Amino acid sequence: MVSQAPILIVGAGQAGVQIAESLRQEGYGDELLLIGNESHPPYQRPPLSKKWLLEPGAYSALALRGAEALARRRIALRLDSEVSAIDRSASQLLLATGERLDYSKLALATGAAARALPVPGAGLGQVLTLRSIGDSAAISAAIRRCAAAARPVVVIGGGFIGLEVAASARKLGAAVTVLEGLPRLMSRVTAPIVSDAFERVHRAHGVDLVFGAQVTRLLGGADGVEAVCTADGREYEAGCVIVGIGVVPDDRLAAAAGLLCERGILVDDCARTSDASIVAAGDCTARRLADGRLLRLESVQNAVEQAKSAAAALLGRERPFVAAPWFWSDQYDIKLQMVGLSHGYDQVVTRGDLEKPAFSAFYFRAGRLIAVDSLSRVQDHMQSKRLLDHGLSPTPEQAADPQFELQSLLKHASTVTAGGA
Amino acid sequence: MPRVRYIEPGGREHTLELNAGSSLMRAAVDAGIDGIEAQCGGNCACATCHCYVQPAWLDKLPPPSDDERLMLSNVAAERRSNSRLSCQLVATPALDGITVQFPERQS
Repeated sequence: MVSQAPILIVGAGQAGVQIAESLRQEGYGDELLLIGNESHPPYQRPPLSKKWLLEPGAYSALALRGAEALARRRIALRLDSEVSAIDRSASQLLLATGERLDYSKLALATGAAARALPVPGAGLGQVLTLRSIGDSAAISAAIRRCAAAARPVVVIGGGFIGLEVAASARKLGAAVTVLEGLPRLMSRVTAPIVSDAFERVHRAHGVDLVFGAQVTRLLGGADGVEAVCTADGREYEAGCVIVGIGVVPDDRLAAAAGLLCERGILVDDCARTSDASIVAAGDCTARRLADGRLLRLESVQNAVEQAKSAAAALLGRERPFVAAPWFWSDQYDIKLQMVGLSHGYDQVVTRGDLEKPAFSAFYFRAGRLIAVDSLSRVQDHMQSKRLLDHGLSPTPEQAADPQFELQSLLKHASTVTAGGA
Repeated sequence: MPRVRYIEPGGREHTLELNAGSSLMRAAVDAGIDGIEAQCGGNCACATCHCYVQPAWLDKLPPPSDDERLMLSNVAAERRSNSRLSCQLVATPALDGITVQFPERQS
């Protein structure tokens, strides 16, 4: 029997939109509905912690795709719609309105939510997290008020979001304190040498960095937060508090419907969940790798590539996501680009100028390249991305030698391939 | 309102009228032209908005910045002498009639 029900996609962010577009590109001709729970049509999130904070402008500049693009591809869009449950036995979605929608296949791209600060006072006014356009506008306004009133902005968390917000707040003229629980910045994803470079840059721009800070409570009143207290008894004055302590993948619908979840909706390399008619992509997922490890990525590339896999899987095809993960962050005039997964490295070498800073850190495990972080070293990043995608590795000595052309390894590889054909 | 002719990898053509100041990437993405990904949204960080500019128009474009040049050296599709990143190309009246083509692959 041919099913006439549409494919439904829950979540209208980067992953959801890409699933819809890839379905069309792969030749799916039947109905397609994208269901989002925000009021704005699909938009990009990365600028929200960067340029957008400095100049919140028209929504159109953030648009992921224009209405015209969705219409051309016959992608129907429902905004402001909360899905309350998946009824797998009936192949239906239940909406908060009570409506039921039939699906032939289902894609989940429900994203993630900013992790809330689990201490007393976290509910005070001017304690803000960043995820949506509205959040970004509120943070931008709060920073401007702090700058005008000469009150400090306190950022909790020295990861990407926290540091991008701190850099933007300095540009807007506010005093900024960053409270980080661990001994260095971005410690979960970078080597100490990279953390140290960013520490120097933030300090040079006047950010007060505090390490080993365990936030215990926030103080304030009807006018909002006034101070942040830490376990060592210190109190930091705050005109606003920006909380950047990570995200929680939104796997609630999937978990309630009995899909396997483990800190996210569990998917394989092809974005398939434990239900053959349901796929998932983007921030809401946790990927089980071939070696059994669980990988959680929160990035545009992950959303886009998993979405392509998901669309293929919905049509019964296998398109595994195998490219090296990459990510970028802008802080002041440093363009940080990261590729690969540095977890488990046993050696780091650098190439470039550590002081400026304009260098790359090459991570090796057992002599093989596994990841590269590039600070304003675009060419290193692009070449490393290709090396990792091709399974090629310089030696640590080659990586550290500025005279050695990484490109030459790629040329050599293609010659070998051509010669062997 | 400069008009830009886009050619998709499959050969389909679309002509769009761009607001001056809009990037060629932005307008293509808004209109749903195939063959462009623009994953980083115009930050010159990903090289997934690579296009080939009709050679006659190359001289009318500002030369690529160092970053763009370096990104171009490692695009996914073949790099040609007329390769540019469309996020770095801003529509101006002088570009009325320009043609760009998107390659087979962006990532």
